[in-house]
Amino acid sequence: MSSATHWTPKPPRPAPVHTVGVRGWIRTNLFATPSDTLLTLVAMAVLYLTIDTLVHWAYIDATFSGANRDACLKAVQGACWPFVDAKLGQFIYGRYPELERWRVDLVFASGVIGLIPLLIPAAPFKRANVIYLLGFFPVFAFIMLTGGRFGLEPVETTDWGGLLVTLVVAITGIVASLPLGILLALGRRSQMPIVRSLCIGFIEIFRGVPLITVLFMASVMLPLFLPDGVNFDKLMRCLIGVALFSSAYMAEVVRGGLQAIPKGQYEAAAALGLGYWKSMRLIILPQALKLVIPGIVNTFIGLFKDTTLVLIVGLFDLLGIVQFHFTDASWATPETHITGYAFAAFVFWVFCFAMSRYSIFMENRLSTERD
Amino acid sequence: MSRRDVVLQFLMLVLLGLGLSWLVSNVTGNLERQNIASGFGFLNERAGFGISQTLIEYTEDDTYQRVLIIGLLNTLLVSVIGIVLASVLGFVIGVARLSSNWLISKIAMVYIEIFRNVPLLLQIMFWYFGVLRNLPSPRRAIEIGDSAFLSNRGIVLPGFTMLEGAGWYVAALAISLTAWFVMRRRAHKKFLTTGTPQSYWRVLALGAGTMFAIAYAMAGFPFAADVPALRGFNFRGGVNIIPEFAALLLALSLYTAAFISEIVRSGIVSVGQGQREAAAALGLSNNTTLRLVIIPQAMRVIIPPLTSQYLNLTKNSSLAVAIAYPDIVSVFAGTTLTQIGQAVEIIFITMMVYLSLSLLTSWAMNSYNKRIALVGQNA
Repeated sequence: MSSATHWTPKPPRPAPVHTVGVRGWIRTNLFATPSDTLLTLVAMAVLYLTIDTLVHWAYIDATFSGANRDACLKAVQGACWPFVDAKLGQFIYGRYPELERWRVDLVFASGVIGLIPLLIPAAPFKRANVIYLLGFFPVFAFIMLTGGRFGLEPVETTDWGGLLVTLVVAITGIVASLPLGILLALGRRSQMPIVRSLCIGFIEIFRGVPLITVLFMASVMLPLFLPDGVNFDKLMRCLIGVALFSSAYMAEVVRGGLQAIPKGQYEAAAALGLGYWKSMRLIILPQALKLVIPGIVNTFIGLFKDTTLVLIVGLFDLLGIVQFHFTDASWATPETHITGYAFAAFVFWVFCFAMSRYSIFMENRLSTERD
Repeated sequence: MSRRDVVLQFLMLVLLGLGLSWLVSNVTGNLERQNIASGFGFLNERAGFGISQTLIEYTEDDTYQRVLIIGLLNTLLVSVIGIVLASVLGFVIGVARLSSNWLISKIAMVYIEIFRNVPLLLQIMFWYFGVLRNLPSPRRAIEIGDSAFLSNRGIVLPGFTMLEGAGWYVAALAISLTAWFVMRRRAHKKFLTTGTPQSYWRVLALGAGTMFAIAYAMAGFPFAADVPALRGFNFRGGVNIIPEFAALLLALSLYTAAFISEIVRSGIVSVGQGQREAAAALGLSNNTTLRLVIIPQAMRVIIPPLTSQYLNLTKNSSLAVAIAYPDIVSVFAGTTLTQIGQAVEIIFITMMVYLSLSLLTSWAMNSYNKRIALVGQNA
């Protein structure tokens, strides 16, 4: 019965395409399809050209030492790094007297000492740390930087400049905008109609206009608003402008957090007999602020970048002082501008990138805690 | 509201009123002492300064009111073109960031991290002082093709002038465009009711071809090329793009594109994997899936933050003052303020202009958002 069917084995399948190992990775991620291959090749060509130009400009054709522009005037010109080297003191301290610069260094150092353990979640003594940073440090920094007390030489704020001004404006803005923003956000959600409409008005006006008009207002209009004879310095006026401006943005970020808290939390707090401020401080805000950490850090980053705008009203922040030193004839080369901008851009980039990475780190940490 | 709240708010109002009246009395006192006039009368005075880019007629004899309008138009010009460029670039980079091609995705990431972490003002100054002003003088301008030139005075492109009879062509173009809109709408409606895709391209092409043929028959070819040529120290003819405009536009678009691409990326990621799989199960191609399934749903997530990026771009265009591009802040809150000294009125007007622009933009985007949000909810 058995029909003698002849069994022929099927031909073996071709060996599987590599999907593991280096070859497999390259195949799936770079050369998966013909159009992918084309894209990869074009991208490689563009990348090669960009990196080649950059390396030539910043390293191979660059000048690394010299006392003035002559060193940088070559046939093939690259970055003129001695310009940055010669002006570095100015870029960091501005016109702060050279003999007094140790004071700025001391303030930088004591700030960093306070900040680093605060940023490391595992570090102990958080409460003492916060008290040091928000209580002691500002007073210390103010006394050290302005001088005039304890036998310190007074230094006018008009002599401050460079990274010092950038950091002073940014840090004051950050420290002032968070509490102000929280108050505004609470006010915007308040039951009291007058408080609410005042807060809405403030937030919407400051968010609707560019920072530069706020700074113009602070520098030209504010003196008109003060009684005759009363005047405070330009840096202070800009600080107020920047703080008000960023507090409006901060308020909207915090409001997002407040809205995300379920109503039950408010009711539970009320059921426990907590008053408005207590329930906010102990129940609502800790949860709400945790939710919006990325938004808060984004506002900080925006604020940090926006500090450059003070140069338009005549303060010399890092970008302002770099721009100012382009007028120095002894360093006038075709590459001076780009070199200076590259340096300033790098400094700003490091700060902003570090902040954004830290916010991602915190976000991941907090989200695993919630699980 | 408890009685305490009422009292509190009343006190607040009183304090606010007192504070305001104190400020007003300070201002009037200060203005009198410094001999600064008040009121908006200055708007009708002669401005007496030149402006490097004007979209409408302007001479030094025109009034400050005209200066305000010219500044506003320049702000709008750079904002609108910037928004278009930033959107296109942002969408491309956002999609590239999600590409399965590792290299493309990483290049997009590096672009984003560089451009959004460097202050915009620095980028504007880099393009202006570092790049565009560093170009050779017009006499040694870089030639692009045969008739476009790049120099430290800006970019000159060839243009064309319309001669008599060009109106026929304008009319043909207008009719064709209207026809396109109407036909597209009808085809879409029919598609929704019958389910068969409607093709209208052939009819449209035929119609438009006829229109332009008629225009040609009536007027011939009423255009003359306007090619720039070097005369003395600068170029004459053609369309001149001033370096301030180019630098500002470049910086604004590249900077905002980095933010838009992140918005686009998160929008696309937010569309569930199930949607992709369902589309694949229906046999839709990758492109069709993206166009008909992913993007319409992603748009609902994208639009609100995109609106605030558009607003940011418009507000950021005020940084023009740093490179003297004649926008509203530069010519009005800058030059005019210096000449007139009426800080209160001028800053007030400038802020009002920006506030209205913000309100207008968010109104327009909100109504668009409403339309596409409805489409999503019907499904």
